[in-house]
Amino acid sequence: MRLYWEVFRHGYRRWATYRAATAAGVFTNTVFGFLRAYVLVAVFAASATIGGYDRSDALTYVFLGQGMIMAVYMWSWWEIALAIRSGDIVTDLSRPFDYQAYWLAQDLGRACYHAVFRGIPPFVVGAIVFDLRMPESPLTWVLFAASVVMAVCVSFGVRFLVNLAAFWLLDYRGVGAIATACGTFLSGFVVPVAFFPGWLAVIAHALPFRGMIQVPIDVFLEKESGGALFVMLAVQVGWAAALFAAGRLVLRAARRRVVVQGG
Amino acid sequence: MAIIEVRDLSKQFRVARPREGARGPLARVRREYTDVRAVERVSFDVEPGEMVGYIGPNGAGKSTTIKMLTGILVPSGGRLTVAGFEPSRQRKEMARHIGVVFGQRTQLWWDLPLADSFTLLKHIYRVPDERFAANLGRCIDTMEMAEFLRTPVRQLSLGQRMRGELTAALLHNPEVLYLDEPTIGLDVVAKSRIREFLTSLNRDAGTTILLTTHDMGDIERLCRRVIIIDRGGILYDGDLERLKARFATERTLVVDLEEPAPALDVPFATVERVEGPRQWLRFQRADTSAAELIAAVARAARIVDLRVDEPSIEDVVLRIYAGAAKGIAINDPSPG
Repeated sequence: MRLYWEVFRHGYRRWATYRAATAAGVFTNTVFGFLRAYVLVAVFAASATIGGYDRSDALTYVFLGQGMIMAVYMWSWWEIALAIRSGDIVTDLSRPFDYQAYWLAQDLGRACYHAVFRGIPPFVVGAIVFDLRMPESPLTWVLFAASVVMAVCVSFGVRFLVNLAAFWLLDYRGVGAIATACGTFLSGFVVPVAFFPGWLAVIAHALPFRGMIQVPIDVFLEKESGGALFVMLAVQVGWAAALFAAGRLVLRAARRRVVVQGG
Repeated sequence: MAIIEVRDLSKQFRVARPREGARGPLARVRREYTDVRAVERVSFDVEPGEMVGYIGPNGAGKSTTIKMLTGILVPSGGRLTVAGFEPSRQRKEMARHIGVVFGQRTQLWWDLPLADSFTLLKHIYRVPDERFAANLGRCIDTMEMAEFLRTPVRQLSLGQRMRGELTAALLHNPEVLYLDEPTIGLDVVAKSRIREFLTSLNRDAGTTILLTTHDMGDIERLCRRVIIIDRGGILYDGDLERLKARFATERTLVVDLEEPAPALDVPFATVERVEGPRQWLRFQRADTSAAELIAAVARAARIVDLRVDEPSIEDVVLRIYAGAAKGIAINDPSPG
């Protein structure tokens, strides 16, 4: 366990090295938060609630989402795919650790850095300018934090699988584009899944992506309580576990069948 | 008992290729597969404390063998044990007993200072504090690394990074060290520094080293024994000196005469080249000695200067590859 704790810290420090990038990222995420917020302000001028969300819910939704982008790391993470393509993966595969656990620990370390330094600033700025909805129960904060951790796990599970596709496909970017599109829309990042037409909402509920954004935000907004809240979180945990298991199976198959690139 | 035992080791890959002659939009979708035999029925033993050169042209199967020895690739056939472990089944247990340096890959963490990579490896291999400090200290001293320990890996020169890679592979006192082209791209000074370090490591710690390289200088300075492979199979396994004695039988006498002369006619030698007063005479070790030949030349013309060229190990290996391509058997009947 000590090893994975060290890897976690290492994941954190790797990203903490790039301070200018962090500042630029915070700026961008905040600006886009404002763009999205003003669109919604216009929309809610015409209608008091949409899909159960009022104006204040929707604005909170936007700034929580903007803050979670980097922690959840929805877009373009290709470290494993690039290591497969360059062949550098051979060194990590010859080490005495569990390859998936190693990357998960590193990714959680990274997410921890991003949650604090890329997540909190856009939300605080949003909360100063707009009237955002804060949780009524203190327990909600705890559940929200737990759900964000699970969101990182779900996202990691998806990214790990998509990256492993590089073992079979010389160009992994096709699969990546599909995963990115799914992550962006079906996670509820652009608009809440509750805004979707019925058939699309059914699809979104049947897939893991909702657990990356929608679930933690609904926890924060206290949209569900009691049994329904429990089920929502249990499904999120279930998806993380299923994705990890799938990742292990695919990695095992890759080891057996596939050429490591580069001789 | 041998520390590395390889018996009839084989590896085949299925490689997809577009169908020949296929046209139209589906040509690239429907593919045929070919089996590539990267390694075929390779057998050898390495004893503890040996330093063995594993050489062969590009695509001969060297790296594939190393990947099977480290447990990254699962063999398609045959058997192998390393330090008592079966690599593909006991990869994690075995990993603590082996070290690997792939010259063209990095095992260091790109965006962190070199020292941080070492700390992380300490935890990965669970090296006790004292042993870690001692091992790291020795590497820092012998390879003069103190000045760039705090530099991020991405800013290191290739020579500096290579010293870091070697240190990284040795922190857990591996019994076996695999080096895949450890001196590739290095300048003369950096190469010799790495070679000296490897010699002392092998001598003092008794580390068994299996080395692949295209640099025959590495082989000549480091290895008493070589295994030569091509097209997945072993061409030669034995003593380097004996290899030279058997295949490096031709030598060349280069003489500078007082004045230009036509090609000399001396027994047992053929003039290969004439350039003004300088002539190159090729002769077989078995036919005549250098002294006899020099005496014969001196009787025919006045010599100002001379030297005898031994064939380089590089020439020897080139001739072995060429011979193998023509199907000439050269296996040493009594491998060292």
